[in-house]
Amino acid sequence: MDMQTVGLDPLRLRALFPALDQVVHGKPLVYLDSAATSQKPVAVIEALDRYYRDDNANVHRGIHELSRRATEAFEDARRHVARWIGAKEAAEVVWTRGTTEAINLVASSWGPANVGEGDEIVLTVLEHHSNIVPWQLLARRTGAVLRYIELDDQGRLILDDLDTLLTERTRLVALSHVSNALGTINPVEEIVRKAHDVGALVLVDGAQGAVHLPIDVQALGADFYAFSGHKMCGPTGIGVLWARKELLDAMPPYQGGGEMIHIVERDSSTWAEVPHKFEAGTPHIAGAVGMDAALRFLEEVGMDAIARHERHILEYAMERVGGVPGIRILGPGDVTERSAVLSFTMGDAHPHDISTILDSEGVAVRAGHHCAQLVMKHFGLAATARASFYLYNTREDVDRLVEGLEVVRSIFG
Amino acid sequence: METPTLNSLYQQLILEHYRNPRNKAELPDATVEVHMANPVCGDEIRLQLRIENHTIEDVKFMGQGCSISQASVSMMTKLLKGKSLEEAQAVAERFTSMMHGDEAAAHDRSLGDLRALQGVSKFPVRIKCALLGFDALQEALKRTRNGEAH
Repeated sequence: MDMQTVGLDPLRLRALFPALDQVVHGKPLVYLDSAATSQKPVAVIEALDRYYRDDNANVHRGIHELSRRATEAFEDARRHVARWIGAKEAAEVVWTRGTTEAINLVASSWGPANVGEGDEIVLTVLEHHSNIVPWQLLARRTGAVLRYIELDDQGRLILDDLDTLLTERTRLVALSHVSNALGTINPVEEIVRKAHDVGALVLVDGAQGAVHLPIDVQALGADFYAFSGHKMCGPTGIGVLWARKELLDAMPPYQGGGEMIHIVERDSSTWAEVPHKFEAGTPHIAGAVGMDAALRFLEEVGMDAIARHERHILEYAMERVGGVPGIRILGPGDVTERSAVLSFTMGDAHPHDISTILDSEGVAVRAGHHCAQLVMKHFGLAATARASFYLYNTREDVDRLVEGLEVVRSIFG
Repeated sequence: METPTLNSLYQQLILEHYRNPRNKAELPDATVEVHMANPVCGDEIRLQLRIENHTIEDVKFMGQGCSISQASVSMMTKLLKGKSLEEAQAVAERFTSMMHGDEAAAHDRSLGDLRALQGVSKFPVRIKCALLGFDALQEALKRTRNGEAH
């Protein structure tokens, strides 16, 4: 591989991820399931360890030294996230358990206050269940109607219908930045413009987008952006809801408890300022600290270098995997329209069988509907196998995948 | 743990049942019907039985999924015709214990083609696949015993 053009040394990076250095079923591990969750670099693991060893305390309430340190680390992490996504201020960053909770927060808090009977919420057929089901629950509660942007045969959104889908009844458009099932990168800016033209807000599910693309929420123009730490080298259980400050100020609390209140009386209470209004209970402090370390790590590597590397691996994978007899690759054929996810089927070998065989060859991929049953239905499938690539994957990993697929062929061919 | 081999899992007989499933059809005069799905992987089975005088007179299934789930249910239906409810229950229990590593069950001729699935017991994440059809069977037997079937 040409390091000059790629600007990133995956073998050097790989050595920084302890979990990648192991043998499974007698073969060196090839981890191709980063779209489900990424592995963690030493820098993140050590940040968690250091926090619990040295600084552990509850935040925003102790006067003592450890609480001061924990609070500072927690709020530093919030400021770091704010810079990372181009938020106007740190108060626009709400900590959540992950993307799913961030979307549920908006659906539960903003939803009933802004969506009424007969109002419309526009989704896409590409969505992960976490960006469908919360809106179904809201629609059931309020009598709102769900509408869907359809897909073409390459798994891209059909935007021709947008002008008829978006009406004065549309309150919200909720869509993924990047599809987890196919890797399709959606033209969010264009959809935001059209949604705003009819007065609708836009929520972007960035669970995959924040991993692969440099995010600038101001340039994107969206109103809500949700993402998770664990897919971008951070710990599980920590995620972010970004929203414009005036929206957060107007939204009622999501959960009640400590941390989110100002004054509590017998029959009522007043709320803490944003973002604390949405953070009831002791938060995942270590998770925030770990996320901070993950962002530092990604900054050192460079998001542009990561994007170039992923593109390079994806191109190679599409060519090599696409050359295996019986393989059908789903999603956009043009690599500029997709991120480092390769969803495929192979003859009559069921994706579960493909995954078992690859696993026994030391290659970890995901098989199933990828929490995107509407996408599967669109292609007339129950499941696909999915290989996903990240900064630590190499061309050799792709070669091992292809060797594994040859074993599938020898059994099912 | 020793790494189990793929050959022990993907026996020819399994692939043969996967590609040419037995009794894969509708059973219009079924007395009991059970739909089972594994939401994790999307495998599905609809099992239909015609049970008269405590005997399985006929059995058919419809379904989709991996080779293990579909071969297992195909092999199961082949074995069930003419069996009493107690005999069918015994097959289900014998097969389940084979999935949990019972070597003796793996040599039990009463399991017929199902013995080819012994290797699945070495792949813990796939045991659920092999048991999907039997879960449907046990539910059907329970409903019949409780008089819930029509």
